Amino acid sequence: MRPNLSHPELTGKTMSTVNSNLTYNYKVVRQFTIMTVVWGIIGMSLGVLIAAQLVWPAANLDFAFTHFGRLRPLHTNAVIFGFGGSALFATSYYVVQRTCQARLFSDGLAAATFWGWQLVLVSAAITLPLGYTSTKEYAELEWPIDILITLVWVTYAVVFFGTITKRKTPHIYVANWFYGAFILTVAVLHIGNSLALPVSAFKSYSVYSGVTDAMIQWWYGHNAVGFFLTAGFLGMMYYFVPKQAGRPVYSYRLSIVHFWALIATYVWAGGHHLHYSALPDWAQTVGMVMSLILLAPSWGGMINGMMTLSGAWHKLRTDPILRFLVVSLSFYGMSTFEGPMMAIKTVNALSHNTDWTIGHVHSGALGWVAMITIGAVYHLVPKLWGIQAMYSTPLINLHFWLATVGTVLYIVAMWVNGIMQGLMWRAINDDGTLTYSFVEALEASTPGYFVRFLGGVIFLFGMLVMAYNVRMTIRQKDAVALDNQAVQPA
Amino acid sequence: MSTFWSLWITVITLGTIFACWWLLWATRKGQSTDQETDRTTGHSFDGIEELDNPLPKWWFYLFIGSCVFSLGYLALYPGLGNFEGFLGWSQHSQWENEVQQADAKYSEIYAEFGSVPVAKLADNGRAMQMGQRLFANNCAVCHGSAARGAIGFPNLTDDAWLYGGEPEDILHTLNNGRQGNMPAKGFMPNMTSVQVDQVVNYVLSFSGREKDKAAAEAGKEVYAQGCAGCHGPEAKGNPDLGAPNLTDDAWLYGSTYDWIEETVLYGRQNNMPKQSDRLSSDQIQILAAYVFSLSN
Repeated sequence: MRPNLSHPELTGKTMSTVNSNLTYNYKVVRQFTIMTVVWGIIGMSLGVLIAAQLVWPAANLDFAFTHFGRLRPLHTNAVIFGFGGSALFATSYYVVQRTCQARLFSDGLAAATFWGWQLVLVSAAITLPLGYTSTKEYAELEWPIDILITLVWVTYAVVFFGTITKRKTPHIYVANWFYGAFILTVAVLHIGNSLALPVSAFKSYSVYSGVTDAMIQWWYGHNAVGFFLTAGFLGMMYYFVPKQAGRPVYSYRLSIVHFWALIATYVWAGGHHLHYSALPDWAQTVGMVMSLILLAPSWGGMINGMMTLSGAWHKLRTDPILRFLVVSLSFYGMSTFEGPMMAIKTVNALSHNTDWTIGHVHSGALGWVAMITIGAVYHLVPKLWGIQAMYSTPLINLHFWLATVGTVLYIVAMWVNGIMQGLMWRAINDDGTLTYSFVEALEASTPGYFVRFLGGVIFLFGMLVMAYNVRMTIRQKDAVALDNQAVQPA
Repeated sequence: MSTFWSLWITVITLGTIFACWWLLWATRKGQSTDQETDRTTGHSFDGIEELDNPLPKWWFYLFIGSCVFSLGYLALYPGLGNFEGFLGWSQHSQWENEVQQADAKYSEIYAEFGSVPVAKLADNGRAMQMGQRLFANNCAVCHGSAARGAIGFPNLTDDAWLYGGEPEDILHTLNNGRQGNMPAKGFMPNMTSVQVDQVVNYVLSFSGREKDKAAAEAGKEVYAQGCAGCHGPEAKGNPDLGAPNLTDDAWLYGSTYDWIEETVLYGRQNNMPKQSDRLSSDQIQILAAYVFSLSN
């Protein structure tokens, strides 16, 4: 049976009723979509390897460049900027074209963002294992790569906002507000935090020093979460959830309030990473109260996504893509509740420096960011390659369960480890000495590290299932093209 | 901070919170209904419409509640620039209070051992249990939880002592710390690489491990000139200077040819921090007894 290719939405060529000659640039979307899957597998494999190193230290292979300290930044860069970044480029280019009914501002510049971004990621994959690092978390790349990132990002902004100005619709859709806020703020964050004095081709020193450097770093670090991993992915949510559910967005008013409140308060929250430190009290307090206020704006996005499904809940029974999207919103709601709680000074006194933080990050990274990306990719791939549906729906369903079980194992293991570590570190004997040495808490964490490794392996296996499914879907497209050629008279 | 920055922080902090508040009220005021509705805003983007539903009530009050809490918190705690908050709390005062409370609570427990001589205290089971805990908290991070040391950190369980192992020596180390310094190439800043090889072989010959007998023989002269001043003519070391005995099998920095060559070439600096500003004299007494007990 041959998929029906005559439907305009499937060919991806014409879509608009306003302008029937309109074509969209899907090439760059296809490229970024493929790289989303590729970097996802690379980044998560590295995650599994370093998780294994915490259980079996010999897994560092005794080479400097396979050591935990060098591979951990590569893991975070590959998943955040490789997997998450490619997903944001792919979906923002797709969504901005379709919701503005306009082709991308410039095909050439769009292609430049693709190759430029891949160059950034390959440079990261080479320099980080070799030990080149600025030592700033999530901003480890050295200054020449930082400059390349800036160039790519400015080009991205030109393509994105240029497309918005070309729009045929009177209004700008809410998804584009979030993508726009993400692009602008990440530019400011990246440039602000990466300002440095180069001393050689691969070494530079931050222009900030002491506690100012720490505060700038966490202003950047927390908003890498807030804008890269939240605002950008909320943009994704606002297109793919209503589209996949076939329902209107629940509340336009809620969109307005939670958008402005989210971007206004997120930039304040970084101080909560530096509780009980050399950071002045006032900056810690402001970081904490803004994090608490952030709960409601964050949940606004979850409510708007979840309630969009009212009237379509039955679709969850048959549509595993929608299931990915809904579960991602649940994890989003959970981790945006957990975050403000952990920002409270007394809670932070227990959780800080423990595995709880890593668990919290991964409930956002695996549960929210990865799940919504996976849902969006399964929605996109058939459309981009002009096929009716993914090669196998049962495999999507299998992936859904692998991803869910993997995520739950991961975060539960880290909760248990984190709270146990926090309690062991503060336990004291009746003579006022600490009951446990650091090594004892580390030893007690080993079972949790194993469960975390297991969760990671299961999640990674799901990604491999996805890669297979995507590949078979695309090959189906090739088969269709061959069939078409075969019936053409010579 | 200056008044300007204090005001700046206050204004933008409160401004952000009140702007959220205003946004909430203004949006709610514009609602035509507080019931769920099927009416859309009339926009359509790639087929996606938006309903004109009101803000969920519980969510609205959650948002207002978190703003109210934050304003209250900012009144009580330091946050608005130089304003210290009505409770007068600071992280430093919290820390000082907790330390004071702990001192008041625990100092009695240690007081009964403070005047017992170290050698006698080493036989007191209860004191040694406390000593072991103090060691785990304060010393194990460098010397290891079994006190066997590591590269650069002395083993405290053997009979080799850089600065002497008598009770008063250990007390002195704990109270005042120790700064070890072996200059690069000892007293011979112009030592040639041939001479380095010779003296390393000579040092190795104390334990019968020289690689080159002739070089070791020649190294005797180099040693006398460059090393004997601190390590002594017999190479037995000098506890007054913390110069190690080179004839035993205790090595602070590796015993192989390569390690010793590195030590000769570049010298070694070491620092044992003093504990008297972190621990009470009673605690140091117990700790000294514990360290003493490890090798006696």
